[in-house]
Amino acid sequence: MPEAKPEELLIDVVLRLISGAKHIAVGANSPIPAAAAFLAQHLGNGRPHVSLQQSAKHNLFTDGGRELFDAAGQGRIDVFFLSGAQIDGQGNINLVAVGDYARPKARFPGSFGSAYLYFVVPRVILFRTEHSRRTLVPKVDFISAPGASPPHVYRRGGPIALVTPLCHFTFDKGRSRFRLESVHPGHTIEEVLDNTGFEFDRPAAVPVTPAPAPATLRLLRETLAPELAALYPQFGARVFGIVPRAAE
Amino acid sequence: MAEIIRPLDAAVAVVEDGMSVVVPPDYGGVAMEATRALIRRGVKGLHLLTLPASSLQADLLIGAGALASIETSAVAIGELGTGPRFAAAATAGTLTIKDATCPALHAALQAAEKGVPFMPLRGVIGSDLLKVRPDWKVVDNPFAENDPVLLVPAIQPDVAVFHAPFADRHGNVWVGRRRELFAMAHASAKTVVTVEEIRDGNLLEDDTLASATLASFYIEAVAVARNGTWPLRFGDLAAEDTAHLQEYMRLAQTDDGFRQYLDRYVYQRRAA
Repeated sequence: MPEAKPEELLIDVVLRLISGAKHIAVGANSPIPAAAAFLAQHLGNGRPHVSLQQSAKHNLFTDGGRELFDAAGQGRIDVFFLSGAQIDGQGNINLVAVGDYARPKARFPGSFGSAYLYFVVPRVILFRTEHSRRTLVPKVDFISAPGASPPHVYRRGGPIALVTPLCHFTFDKGRSRFRLESVHPGHTIEEVLDNTGFEFDRPAAVPVTPAPAPATLRLLRETLAPELAALYPQFGARVFGIVPRAAE
Repeated sequence: MAEIIRPLDAAVAVVEDGMSVVVPPDYGGVAMEATRALIRRGVKGLHLLTLPASSLQADLLIGAGALASIETSAVAIGELGTGPRFAAAATAGTLTIKDATCPALHAALQAAEKGVPFMPLRGVIGSDLLKVRPDWKVVDNPFAENDPVLLVPAIQPDVAVFHAPFADRHGNVWVGRRRELFAMAHASAKTVVTVEEIRDGNLLEDDTLASATLASFYIEAVAVARNGTWPLRFGDLAAEDTAHLQEYMRLAQTDDGFRQYLDRYVYQRRAA
């Protein structure tokens, strides 16, 4: 079995974070979270439920766009994935703008459902494909969704981890800080320190992120890859070498 | 009484300058052919509400100078990034943007559906959205102690505009599982729909179809616009034209490029 590609390693990290979930919702354009969710479902004989919005077969919501939020509000969705143009050391995420809000230096799409889902989904996994001081900042310029809330504010959920191409942080809810859990093979703690704009905790000896088990890789490559490639053609071509059928 | 089934330009005539218009996201069936018809007509001063996000539709309307304001959770061109005309207008400060979050927009429309003045929503407290949305209020839950909760006011748009698979000649419109289109039509004063085709018979006579059908009493006008969401996807019926969206992203980075795009794909009718 050839060793894991970087994407496959990240899929395995996410797979461990979603262990025991009952219903995982995956937003659009999130092939790595989707791959981890399908792996979990395959290993669990059909559970957890996995909802993907962009595919008729995998969209479990038949009551319109609001059903995801209504179900999440009730606690029926226990894992969701969010990202941010900026993410800070307190787990705040910014999907709106850099600079002054009224006249921003850069404008991003918008907050999507983050300002709500960050509160009501028990396990939110932050996923950022660019690990740099530009994206992981001391303080976000605009809080789309706060990482933590005062005790009297209703909050069932929030961030549990931040996964990047360099490393895996866990979020310490009590201290509102990230803790470096492991550094991915081929990368160093110095690289993480150099490229992270916020302070974080770390153990005296930081482990290397474990390689995926051969059985996990086999299942991913031999069983799930075609379905993933159909849903995410560019990802399928890059990671699994599955070339999309030519357009007719 | 005007006919419900009309040619496209007559159907979009329902959308007048200065109106508030609600539109769906890419997965809901975006009436792109109708949007191009509105831009050709030179529509102005619209207040666009996206339920909950938008892509090319909002970006084109912004670039064409058709909007006075936008209320949205996000404007992104599929996987390709922030809408370039949206970003340009935001950084130049030339567009009134009411930033929102998806469930707040669903809740505001739901309040209008029920005819109640507001809807409570969990979350959001501590988000900077509250600083830029003075119309959103945090109140104490009257049924509990020390439990702040967000209220968002009902929104009743003037017009809902979307694309659906088919309608019958009575103006009943089949939307399938896209029930946010129900909410949009229920909440709005008027609804304009483009469809792939008109079918014979009455959709309400068949229970299987009727449960996914918006009855004609909500509908002001229906027009046939084949492939009416192009270049956006249409459920599982039409895939997104990603190459076209990539071309849009390239051109719309500059004012000149955007004008070239409008000339090529909006003012010149696309060959069928």
